[in-house]
Amino acid sequence: MSYVKPKFRHPNLPTNRRGYTVADYDGAISTLCAGCGHDSISAAIRNACFKSAIEPHRIAKVSGIGCSSKMPTYFLGKSHGFNSVHGRMPSVATGASLANRDLTYIGVSGDGDTASIGMGQFVHLVRRNLNMTYIVANNGCYGLTKGQDSATADIGSIAKGGAVNPFEGIDLASLALLQGASFVARSFSGDKGQLEPLIRAAMAHKGFAFIDVVSPCVTFNNHAGSTKSYAETREHLAPMPVDFVPMRDEITTTYDPGTTQAVTLHDGSVIHLQKAANGVKTDDRTAALLRMQEARDEGNILTGLMFLDPNQADLNQVLNLATTPLNKLGKDELCPGSKVLKSINEGLR
Amino acid sequence: MKQIEGVNDFVVKFANVNGTGSASANHLFAKAIFRMGIPVSPRNIFPSNIQGLPTWYEVRVSKNGYLGRRGGVDFMVCVNPQSMEKDIAAVAPGGYFLYDNTKPLAPHMKRDDITMFGIPLTEMCMREYANPRLQQLLKNVVYVGAMAALIDIDFRVLKDLLNDQFKGKEKLISSNVHALEMGYQYATENFQCPLPIRLESGVNLASHILESDHILMNGNTAAALGAIYGGATVAAWYPITPSTSVVDAFAKYAERMRIDAGTGKKNFAIVQAEDELSAMGMVVGAGWNGARAFTATSGPGLSLMSEFLGLAYFAELPVVLINVQRSGPSTGMPTRSQQSDVLAAAYASHGDTKHVLLFPATPSECFEMSAQSFDLAEQLQTPVILMTDLDLGMNDWMSPPLEWDDNKELNRGKVLDAEGLDTAEKWGRYLDVDGDGICYRTLPGTHPSKGAFFTRGSSKNEFAVYSESGEDYVQNVDRLLRKFETAKGYVPQPKTHPPIEVKRRKTKLKIGALFFGTSASPAYEAVEMLADEGYPIDTMRIRAFPFHNEVDQFIHDHDVVFVIEQNRDGQMRQLIMNECQIAPDKLKSVLNYSGTPITARHIAGKIRETIGTKKAKVVALKREKA
Repeated sequence: MSYVKPKFRHPNLPTNRRGYTVADYDGAISTLCAGCGHDSISAAIRNACFKSAIEPHRIAKVSGIGCSSKMPTYFLGKSHGFNSVHGRMPSVATGASLANRDLTYIGVSGDGDTASIGMGQFVHLVRRNLNMTYIVANNGCYGLTKGQDSATADIGSIAKGGAVNPFEGIDLASLALLQGASFVARSFSGDKGQLEPLIRAAMAHKGFAFIDVVSPCVTFNNHAGSTKSYAETREHLAPMPVDFVPMRDEITTTYDPGTTQAVTLHDGSVIHLQKAANGVKTDDRTAALLRMQEARDEGNILTGLMFLDPNQADLNQVLNLATTPLNKLGKDELCPGSKVLKSINEGLR
Repeated sequence: MKQIEGVNDFVVKFANVNGTGSASANHLFAKAIFRMGIPVSPRNIFPSNIQGLPTWYEVRVSKNGYLGRRGGVDFMVCVNPQSMEKDIAAVAPGGYFLYDNTKPLAPHMKRDDITMFGIPLTEMCMREYANPRLQQLLKNVVYVGAMAALIDIDFRVLKDLLNDQFKGKEKLISSNVHALEMGYQYATENFQCPLPIRLESGVNLASHILESDHILMNGNTAAALGAIYGGATVAAWYPITPSTSVVDAFAKYAERMRIDAGTGKKNFAIVQAEDELSAMGMVVGAGWNGARAFTATSGPGLSLMSEFLGLAYFAELPVVLINVQRSGPSTGMPTRSQQSDVLAAAYASHGDTKHVLLFPATPSECFEMSAQSFDLAEQLQTPVILMTDLDLGMNDWMSPPLEWDDNKELNRGKVLDAEGLDTAEKWGRYLDVDGDGICYRTLPGTHPSKGAFFTRGSSKNEFAVYSESGEDYVQNVDRLLRKFETAKGYVPQPKTHPPIEVKRRKTKLKIGALFFGTSASPAYEAVEMLADEGYPIDTMRIRAFPFHNEVDQFIHDHDVVFVIEQNRDGQMRQLIMNECQIAPDKLKSVLNYSGTPITARHIAGKIRETIGTKKAKVVALKREKA
């Protein structure tokens, strides 16, 4: 890895529909370890935003604390970002979204940030179906404090020092499903062919979109015996390919109707999923839970889109929030004035 | 026996069982006195319980308009056998005691130095009403009726109030009025009415009371209304006594005043969070994104919010927190009042932090300061904590009417819009171009290529780039201190009054008294008591932290300064010692931390003891003899 990011860009870089090049979605140079899975996720987010042609300044990035939560610095340098408090990104994202419902919110968290210190906020965020994309870069360990097991470490996984994890790991994707998440996916940082379309679909989805991304820690959790190493993940990966066609694009690829399933999102975009042998259905929450549990029992990591309900009411709808963002309202809309106050005084005599 | 006498000047206390409907009957009593134009201050002293425990309601009637607690009880109304023995003992000699004599009073409880009135409340209600719930509820209304006869409450006013309260429910009105009449009739037939302590409209009242158009309102409702007028759009909270009614009231007003006329949709969002950490996180997120947001909490919630308060201080985000203080530490006495979060709020969070605090003393100040706090939070880009307490928040206070200047604009502070970013010569989120410590912020989504930055709780340079350089860090935190200095000019000034003229001055000492919030009313009263005794005391009511320089000056100008507050450790005194250049010896604490609001008599007594007045010596002598 390099410590100085070259400013030079190819003069003829292709632009997206809104005239931005992929470089417009770059962030600062990563300070994570060379080979960290998280950098691949950053790249996938960058590419997804570029391809979906979302204007960088209309995106807001939020994160908690940890290696994962440093990531937003390393993509979308033209977007506002907020690296908040450990485990508390969900609440910050909620407040931000209530203030301005018009932006696209991407939250990046880690397994410690979400499954341990942030568990309380996470499940409540899921319940509220906040309109945002929530990515967990899941490596089963605490990187910044040098490799302690996290709550998503699988039972029996061996830490770098040789200790065997005696506790059951928390499966965040299953948990999100149980708590009523409207979009649940799992992916692998090394599978950009799947991760990018998933992120694009998540951003197009109106409601809470959760993506659990297995993202190996090259420094503390990439050895033999770890269930979240690159080698182990690759060996046990059971991926379901995903393709994403945004609302405006013409569908050019032809899919054999027997092998794929198309799911239309709220904004008109379409996700194409390759059907697995047993027939994938993304609209059945119970079946999705069962499928994930079965894969887990077999020691496999099932990736792809697990569940999607494009019509579930999001928090804005539940609160019956006005369409004008709250942060755009001025004195006239907000302050009832002295005449009203006079009548309130009358009622208090 | 000499009976206590007085027109429009006494204390009545009601002893009830909670959950029996006594609160609304007692409120009826207090509101009737208020409607008669006589200054009244009711206080609910209630347990942390829904049903079955003792609860009290203390009503002070004061012709001079003193709204704090005086101390002592002249008239006790007791319908709770659990607390009866202590309640009887609490009545001042020459006072009055009204009780339910359906069951006879134990002989050892009888006192011959007070006047006792037995009314068979339970028996009367069992006889008159078939519905068991009504039998219980209306018992309370019967004693209000009896009180009307005993102390001369205008019966028409009581009836009007019942009509207002139960508008459209004729049956309820008639059964309530019947209960009132029963009580009234029983009292006139069996007792000599009215008593030497009684009410009379327009008699003996201080001129400022006669001329005023006061309202009766609690501080929590006023603070909520302030949030509406201050332009708050996001409220995130977690239920906790005694702050819950702030958000309840905000919701009520918002549903009325903040619905978009065209669509019926809401121009506000209220989220009941999973805990106080989350509530504060939502406020921080909304403030970062340019909405005016607030939360309301109390002690334990403040502790949980401390981490986020540190972030908001360091990352410079507007936050409004309404802290309705109660007795701590831990769960403490959750339904009792204190001013014991002063230090926890002033320095909330780890590392070097200081927060702007506002100390309202009346409902109208709760309203004004709550509205103002949204301007201050955005102007100063920092948390602003409104420090009220249970006494002010949950009790009804007679207050000047709420006022609003329609010319006032929302002051959003230094926020650059797209045009501002295009014309700015050089912009850095933490670049202090104006020298006041306050920098220009930008909101997400403003400009396609300019103004984006990363907000973080970690150290950064002036351009919001992550930095672990000691130089950058020191420059940043020193600028935050500069900003805190700037805040002195923005926050409400302390209130002083011209020196009190004393006929025969009995001390050479220059005495001062400092206080804030709900300690103010009884403090002013105590100061007048002492002035009558020949001890003039200058007063300063602190209304904000950081302290204005006048606070320093006030202390320097006096030989001894009493700091009157409601906590054990003299927290305001400590804060003053910390922040001002003061010799600690000069500051004398006058404290009360029993959970019930401080009284004027207590304050006067403590001051007398310290300065050695004649009256204090007499009291000490009496004690010695006893």
